[in-house]
Amino acid sequence: MNENQNLAQLIHELAHYLPSQAPLKDFIHHNTLHAFQQLPFHKGLHAAQQLFGYQTYLTLDDYRQRYENGEISEASLALAFKKQDDVSMNQLFSLEATSQLQSKVGSYRLQWKKKLGFDLDARVHPLLFRIVNSFLDQGIAIWRFPTNGLPFLAALRQMESENTASIFTGERARNCFLNPAFKLIDALDLLVGDQSAYENYLYDQQFAHPGYSGMIAQIANRPSLLVLERAIAFEDFLLLECLLEIDTLDQHHGNWIPSSKFGLETYQFDPNNLLSTTEQKLKAIWQDAYEWTYYNQVLESLQQKENHELLEVGSIGIFCIDDRECSIRRHIERLDPSFLSFGTPGHFNIETYFQPFGSSQRTKICPAPVQPTHLIIEHSVAQKKDKEWHFDARSHGLIVGWVLTHTYGFWSALKLALSILWPSKNTMAVSSKQHMDAEAMLSVEHMPGQFTPDGLQIGFTVAQMTQIVGGMLKSIGLQKGFSSLIYIVAHGSSSANNTHYAGYDCGACSGRPGSVNARAFAQMANHQLVRRALRETGLYIPDHVHFVAVLQDTAMDEFSYFDIQQIPMDLMTVFEKDRALFSKACEQNAIERSKKFATVNSLANPRSVHKKVQLRTVSLFEPRPELNHATNALCIVGRRQFSRDVFLDRRAFLNSYDYRVDPTGEALSGILNAVAPVCGGINLEYYFSRVDNEQLGAGSKLPHNVMGLLGVANGVDGDLRTGLPSQMIELHDPYRLLVIVEQKPQVVYEAITRNPNTFEWFANEWVRLVAYDPEAHYFSVFEQGAFEPYASSVTSKRAS
Amino acid sequence: MNITYFVHGYLGLPIASFLISLFLPVKKEGALSVLSYSTAFLQLLLVCLFTGFWIFQGAEPIQFKEISVYRSENYDFFIDFLVDKLTLTYAFLGAALTFLITIYSRYYLHREAGYKRFFNTILFFNIGYSTIIFSGNMETLFIGWEILGVSSFLLIAFYRERLLPVKNALKVFSVYRIGDIGVILAMWLLHHFWHENVTFLQMNQTVSLHEHLAQNSSVGLLIATLFYIAAAAKSAQLPFSSWLPRAMEGPTPSSAIFYGSMSVHIGAFLLLRTLHFWENQIYFKVGLVIAGLLTALISTVISRVQSTIKSQIAYASIAQIGLIFIEIALGWENVALVHIVGNAFLRTYQLLISPSIVSYKIREQQYELQEAVVQKSAFDRWVDRYYMLSLKEWNLDNALFKWLWNPLKKIGRGWKVLNFRYIFWLKAFILLFGLILRANEALLPTEVKQRLPFFFALWGFLMAVKAFTERDSVRKSLTLVMLNHASISLALSFNAHFDNAHHIWYLSGILLAWALGYWLLTRMRKTEWISLDNFYGHIYEYPKTGFVFLLVCLGLSGFPITPSFVGEDLIFSHIELNQLGLAFFTAFSLVINGLATMRIYARVFLGPHVKNYHQIAKRSS
Repeated sequence: MNENQNLAQLIHELAHYLPSQAPLKDFIHHNTLHAFQQLPFHKGLHAAQQLFGYQTYLTLDDYRQRYENGEISEASLALAFKKQDDVSMNQLFSLEATSQLQSKVGSYRLQWKKKLGFDLDARVHPLLFRIVNSFLDQGIAIWRFPTNGLPFLAALRQMESENTASIFTGERARNCFLNPAFKLIDALDLLVGDQSAYENYLYDQQFAHPGYSGMIAQIANRPSLLVLERAIAFEDFLLLECLLEIDTLDQHHGNWIPSSKFGLETYQFDPNNLLSTTEQKLKAIWQDAYEWTYYNQVLESLQQKENHELLEVGSIGIFCIDDRECSIRRHIERLDPSFLSFGTPGHFNIETYFQPFGSSQRTKICPAPVQPTHLIIEHSVAQKKDKEWHFDARSHGLIVGWVLTHTYGFWSALKLALSILWPSKNTMAVSSKQHMDAEAMLSVEHMPGQFTPDGLQIGFTVAQMTQIVGGMLKSIGLQKGFSSLIYIVAHGSSSANNTHYAGYDCGACSGRPGSVNARAFAQMANHQLVRRALRETGLYIPDHVHFVAVLQDTAMDEFSYFDIQQIPMDLMTVFEKDRALFSKACEQNAIERSKKFATVNSLANPRSVHKKVQLRTVSLFEPRPELNHATNALCIVGRRQFSRDVFLDRRAFLNSYDYRVDPTGEALSGILNAVAPVCGGINLEYYFSRVDNEQLGAGSKLPHNVMGLLGVANGVDGDLRTGLPSQMIELHDPYRLLVIVEQKPQVVYEAITRNPNTFEWFANEWVRLVAYDPEAHYFSVFEQGAFEPYASSVTSKRAS
Repeated sequence: MNITYFVHGYLGLPIASFLISLFLPVKKEGALSVLSYSTAFLQLLLVCLFTGFWIFQGAEPIQFKEISVYRSENYDFFIDFLVDKLTLTYAFLGAALTFLITIYSRYYLHREAGYKRFFNTILFFNIGYSTIIFSGNMETLFIGWEILGVSSFLLIAFYRERLLPVKNALKVFSVYRIGDIGVILAMWLLHHFWHENVTFLQMNQTVSLHEHLAQNSSVGLLIATLFYIAAAAKSAQLPFSSWLPRAMEGPTPSSAIFYGSMSVHIGAFLLLRTLHFWENQIYFKVGLVIAGLLTALISTVISRVQSTIKSQIAYASIAQIGLIFIEIALGWENVALVHIVGNAFLRTYQLLISPSIVSYKIREQQYELQEAVVQKSAFDRWVDRYYMLSLKEWNLDNALFKWLWNPLKKIGRGWKVLNFRYIFWLKAFILLFGLILRANEALLPTEVKQRLPFFFALWGFLMAVKAFTERDSVRKSLTLVMLNHASISLALSFNAHFDNAHHIWYLSGILLAWALGYWLLTRMRKTEWISLDNFYGHIYEYPKTGFVFLLVCLGLSGFPITPSFVGEDLIFSHIELNQLGLAFFTAFSLVINGLATMRIYARVFLGPHVKNYHQIAKRSS
């Protein structure tokens, strides 16, 4: 009994280190090395490398090259060097990188493999992957796995006893498999023999294919991640793998003798007590110096800029904090200096599920960890559906296939030629507009008694709406000075032939466009009863103020507006003026973005550049419809005037916050609780995918093959690839996120200590934190758990 | 339009572009892609213009002899071209698809590390494809056939720093080599069948064909069967089907045109090309229909259980090619041609848009979600009994392993008891002994003399197997390959009419390649650990050495870059019709040699780099 408990504990811990990526339909960024977050950043990175063999930094040569290019300044290097002991300056420049690193995980089975003289994994993996992928398949296979509603092992056992072909080659493994009393521990006894080596064995085995293991561990915990739910326990997957191994070994060796008999060396798996190597220490210095060279530039330019409020406010726009909104806001404000923009997470404080018209399924449209209790239903007339014959199962049939190839095959030729020579809108491309029909009605307001059978409340009551609207406006510090028109700008993205499309939409809406949220928010804020209730809480929104919902397509650089007919007539001229402004800004934004696309000439006529940028979203052959969050490095929490007009190069998440209305830091706490995991998660996923694209990222997306709609793999028998493909991260500079908060350091400190999870992000420096005291005008850096005045901020910032 | 201009143009374009592309700098993405797609575009233009002209002229097949590469009294190795409906259909298909896909790849592969290599390989593939479809005799076809095999290997192993692409490239290459046995032996038999090197048109001349077939019906059947083996290997028919899904390792567009369309339909081309030769052999035709039907049925079933999009399309395509084989067997040439073109375009497009299936299906599921919770009928339950078998691909992949490669490994490793030096001297001694015998041939009794070729060929074969299964020394394996060629050459020299000049033709290229390879390896050993026990990925640090070594390997396996290619065919012409065993072992040796050399290249230079100071993919990815 005790044995089994130990084993269960062991498996639980093991699963914690596996990639925690959901199936493709929900792509949520997270810290790839979340399992090491309880350690300080550099310690965690060193441990991850020693244990798993991941590259966790750039290479020494790369850093040195950046130093040569001036991307790392001498001053920052000297400063970073001072903080580390027992390495010499000389080593920074001359130490040769170790060419052969042996990670701990994998080393046990490696010795064994050498003894055996054959690659066990190569024999076992293909069939194992095939079986489990078929079981979990969400809609690729035409002939589905006959689960008969049973969980994984039971379904397989039934198949094993009824099928013409066995999973196994030999009798021994088959008999063990068919015996329900035969557990994982028994399999390990047969395979390994010595209990002290079980941990090593299982880690080595599972981390030989972290993709599938991680996926199964995820699904085992939350079967609702799948549309077609499948019951699979992680332990059952391990049992199948062990039995397949026993079977293969039996074939190869006659009856297999447990591996512990070979006298293999075991290793200690303990992330907390590892000593950093010299090379790792050097890399930590280089990384700090690299980051601070950049941070210094930012802090200096923030310090030098004039900080004053707008004298006259034209229109107001509330955008998502997404780093891609950073440039469009700059362009709008540059074209119209009276325009004032705000930033807040793009679900606009609305936590709900959404059910599209004609669908029986719900999608979550708020941050992933939230469990909503509300539902917004779309009421429409038209179903948005296009048929694409090329994806039809019948084209793979024998007879229909025969007819189709003789006829439809020639139509394919035409479509092929057209889609390559003249790309245009097509059924394959994903458009941000598909999320919601602009003409549809949304059930935003709750009607008494309307609940779904499983207890979700349909829509929101006036009180709830008031809380949503009031809460959001308070958090961004918009309490007075309302303009006549206020735009609620959600964002989404369009792309073609893109398996990771969900990762391009709004992160705060669980990887969907934010259009429903923006529309719902505008409806709530325009609601007369909500306005009245808000007045009672002290927030006075004048009657002439009207909220307009907008969806910005970040790949197309296009704004689409909702419910225009509800804009009061007298505001139409303002609206038309703003609309022209936005479309001009979109064009400029497209030009700015095009500078990073080698295949677009950004100096051409603006309209044609914009057109070319838009074409990328429907071109099958374009692996980079947009660059998404690449180059993100900053998060500024403060008033717009704090960072307005500073060129941040689309690197910054911008969250509006007014320290004056939040003296206790309560609102700040709420903001940082979201910023750390969301922006920090995005940032670190980009960081790790960049520094080790092969193990922590997905590699090049060009050879990817879609596996059961769950994930992608290379070829047909590879492991699932997690993380981001190289095309998404190649332009990324691996800086940690620097969060700059415009608030007194002591208030910030209190704000982050309220939530231990948030505190861990900052205290362990997985995200860096700087506070700007808006009254005393100086920066402080949060280091080793405390705020220290920022070294070069001697000259104080000019007051407003 | 003059036919020779047309053929020279169609073939010369990719050759010229390929040579130019080798010298373009890696950074010049634009130049590389423009060169590739304009080549294909001009080919497309040429084939359209010429087809119009050709139809206007009466649509008669046109054949012409290009050049004699080697000529002796009763032997003529010549390059020959043939243009007819079949050629033009394939030429149009190839040019159109290559044109579209190269434009596609121009953007798709932007910033990919192997951008240049990709376009080099595509042009190289284009040369092979064009040579095959324009070939007028088996010898010319075989040149293209070999180029196709090597370029396929390079495309599948495009991501050469990962393990699976490299292993799968070797796997596909090994199946292709089995197909090569078919071609080599068919060439040999045809030579004896007609007593000269014939063109395809001559083969089709009904009167003489019937005469020959009447005399030699079993040889006729054998030749046809060899054609099938070659065609089945290239078109992924039973029992070779499992290579096709595994070839989907390169960038999606390359998988789309090569394994979705152009490469897999080459088997059908070979059957159509030789149609008149076997169309009156009823046994063969019945067999072909059965094989086609079995392939179609089994791969349809396998396709249905595939839970990955590319393997699903691959098996669906194999099933259609099975039907195409039936159509060919029934003599429905035109139906087959339409089917080939339609299947090629359909599958190419399906593969190209395969990443879109994620968003498409997920959207579709929002609206029509069907999960079969319904009670299954008795029939369904009966069908379900075949699920696991289909998931295991009807054991096709395992069977090749079990019945072919494992026994070879057993033979090769059975010798392990003897150490290298000992074996080496033994071999050298036996070769020397052979040479002495050869010098004193006149003294040998006829009985002995007749058996000697077989003895030496068998000895050579064992060396090839040893080279193929060697797990340790690279140089030893390389040397064994060379010795194998030497043994074959020696073996055949005991046969009648052997001219010593043939040795020179055959061995010159081999020896040169071996010496160069040996030198390269010796040089590398000074700084690196190299062995055959693993994949070492040294190309990461030694790209140039790797490239030259690839040429060495090609030279050693008799690839048409050295005179040895002609020599190979030449020595085969000395094997008599009654020396079937000799022919078989010689052909088999050549095949295994090719595998052994590619294996050396792959293990030393490809796969995950052993030095992991940079990003390295997991072995399973």
